[in-house]
Amino acid sequence: MASTIRVRATSSGETTEVQALIQHPMDSGFVKNAKGETIPPHFIQQLTFEHDGKNVFTADWGGGISKDPYVKFTFKGGKKGDELKIGWVDNKGATDTTTAKIQ
Amino acid sequence: MSDVEFSATRRLILQGAGAVALIGLGNLPFLTSALAAANDKYPEEAFKQKSDADVIKTLYGKTAEPSDKVKMDAPEIAENGAVVPISVSTTLTDVTSVAFLVSENPNVLIAKYNIPAGTLPNVANRIKMAKTSNVTVLVEAGGKLYSASKEVKVTVGGCGG
Repeated sequence: MASTIRVRATSSGETTEVQALIQHPMDSGFVKNAKGETIPPHFIQQLTFEHDGKNVFTADWGGGISKDPYVKFTFKGGKKGDELKIGWVDNKGATDTTTAKIQ
Repeated sequence: MSDVEFSATRRLILQGAGAVALIGLGNLPFLTSALAAANDKYPEEAFKQKSDADVIKTLYGKTAEPSDKVKMDAPEIAENGAVVPISVSTTLTDVTSVAFLVSENPNVLIAKYNIPAGTLPNVANRIKMAKTSNVTVLVEAGGKLYSASKEVKVTVGGCGG
């Protein structure tokens, strides 16, 4: 199965800008379906980014993050061709990881 | 069974147990090790709080001071509450985390981002808003807590059914 994580990491020489887009329902647990039944909570809780064996960013998320979440951040360092490891875990214990090359 | 045999068996069992434990550690997937390395436990309780004050207390245990060095970029009016783009940047130094709060959402805390040394304190994300609400961004820098707030009007809520 294709990864749920799409990442674009671009190095400007001094810094690397990272944009990530993840496929996930991000159900908050407060929304009802057409039959009036509450859709149970199902959302990513933690998302981590690692470069060169070092954590560069961690997101702690609740159900208030939009469906198919997007996040952007920038870190110092990172060269073209370097690898970035990305992983998430949701409230049901499901996980996904991917590796992206810095462009 | 003699005492000698017994202790030898016991030692074997202990060695076996040790080996299993080591193999177990070696097999930890990247994610678990990454989360452990981030030294960052998911703040479960903070995400359940129903007011700005309770989130700040649970998450940081100190009060936030409004600062014009915290810049929040949010729309005046969000036509779709399900997807509201919000970002933060700051000229404060030694930033260790930023957090986004929506006062009128059923759970006020939306996200907390941990910023290790070497990562810039600029974060953009997309959040859900149930209705028109004050949006607050918290920036933890040098052990102190700073904030900026703005009202975002929502014409179609993103949390109702």
